[in-house]
Amino acid sequence: MTVRLTRRSVLAGALASGAMASPVCAPAIAQNAPRVVVIGGGFAGAGFARALKHIANNVNVTLVETHRTFTACPFSNHVIAGLRDLSAQQFTYEKVAADGVTMAFEPAIAVDAGSRTVTLRSGTPLMYDRLVIAPGISFNWSALPGYDEAAAKIMPHAWHAGEQTELLRRQLEAMEDGGTVLMSVPDNPMRCPPGAYERASLIAWYLKAKKPRSKIIVLDAKDQFSMQRLFQNAWKALYPGQIEWVGLSNGGKINSVDPKTRSLAGDFETYKGTVVNVIPPQRAGTIAQVAGVTDRTGWCPVDPITFESKIAPNVHVLGDATLVGTMPKSAFGAFSQAQICAAAIAKLFANATPDRPKLINTCYSVAAPDYGMSVAGVYQPVGNDYLEVEGAGGNSPVDAPQATRALEAKYAHGLFNTLTGETFG
Amino acid sequence: MVRSRALFIVSFVLAAVGGASAADAPRGASSCIGCHAARPGIEDALPSLKGRKASEVTEAMLAFRQDRKPATVMNRIAKGFSDAEIAAIADWFAEQQP
Repeated sequence: MTVRLTRRSVLAGALASGAMASPVCAPAIAQNAPRVVVIGGGFAGAGFARALKHIANNVNVTLVETHRTFTACPFSNHVIAGLRDLSAQQFTYEKVAADGVTMAFEPAIAVDAGSRTVTLRSGTPLMYDRLVIAPGISFNWSALPGYDEAAAKIMPHAWHAGEQTELLRRQLEAMEDGGTVLMSVPDNPMRCPPGAYERASLIAWYLKAKKPRSKIIVLDAKDQFSMQRLFQNAWKALYPGQIEWVGLSNGGKINSVDPKTRSLAGDFETYKGTVVNVIPPQRAGTIAQVAGVTDRTGWCPVDPITFESKIAPNVHVLGDATLVGTMPKSAFGAFSQAQICAAAIAKLFANATPDRPKLINTCYSVAAPDYGMSVAGVYQPVGNDYLEVEGAGGNSPVDAPQATRALEAKYAHGLFNTLTGETFG
Repeated sequence: MVRSRALFIVSFVLAAVGGASAADAPRGASSCIGCHAARPGIEDALPSLKGRKASEVTEAMLAFRQDRKPATVMNRIAKGFSDAEIAAIADWFAEQQP
């Protein structure tokens, strides 16, 4: 009872000072409730904000996010194949706000780790005790000559879900039967390592049904990829002769692109496509670079227990922007990291020592709507990094019966619903 | 001002320690809710673990770990956890309201 009254009085105090000054930087609060600013409202950032409010309700949490609607990448390949509407991918921040998270719908343009201030585009400063940066990925446009925002309107990347997803969908619908779909896939690290092969599978599923004389060529900057045997077996069984995969050693790495001719130039050959999907090389989201928490790889090194940046104190980085051992950049991984980081930050505010965590990652992919497969891993801090627990994790069995594939496809939907429900629902 | 600050610190510590066991989720447990939803009303989700008997969760995890129970992914995940870790996770979920 006493505790509840106390919380109310703190809240009342915060509201009162909010009337006099911007609530997030009012000095009265600065001395009291810890302030956490989160930049980026995806599975990592929004998941973190809610988890922290759940653990330590009195912390002032402000979530800075440009868009009022979040468009999820997992299952966006289903949209490309016409299996799902984009609206099924979209979520709002109402429930996040209802948990007591203050939403700031505008971009953050600067971070000053010295004065612990984030500046929003409107000029509003947000002061923090701890900052969490969870911006996802950005494209390293300069690493692929010829590819830029304008070229992406002709040869979509569809690697940020939304308009780009629908553009690729429309292009596939408009393509005549007999056309060639080209996909260019970068080297790791990339967001969702199996996602490109799931996309190739689902595009093939669509072509097989609607445009059977068409084919898809996957030009890959790698010689090996996630769940490779599972995907290649599925392609042989489901789409014989319709998917051609060209790995690095066979000239699959694309060096430049030409949107005028819709062509991709590799070491040995220039490929021309009717529909061209270019997934460009990636790095941490722009604000991570602006904040100076990226290293020369373009990604963010973090402490494995607290996810605090190894470069800037009091700044934590979560999700796809980080390099966390061999953990793939996935929605599930981002969400798992968010839970760990929220618990760690609550402990730090309470002057306690954060626990040594263990993280699970599970990624589902489908090769057809009823043909699922997964890769799982259990990770733990070892020294300064995260390593996979030996003997655990791995891929779905190569020889699994169709019933297992169907069950994994069903669980893929379950995972999507759970992750989005936990984060936004 | 001073008084409200002192009260605040007390309430913060209580919230962090007593208010939600989420702060003290045992190793690995917070990842479980990526598939086994903690919030109610999520469609097509896998069974929730909240409020389940600890013995049920422990037995299932041990069976998955030893490949005694048919599985898709749980056999691969269970192999990453020790007996003590499994027991702690099972106890933690058992303590929560379903």
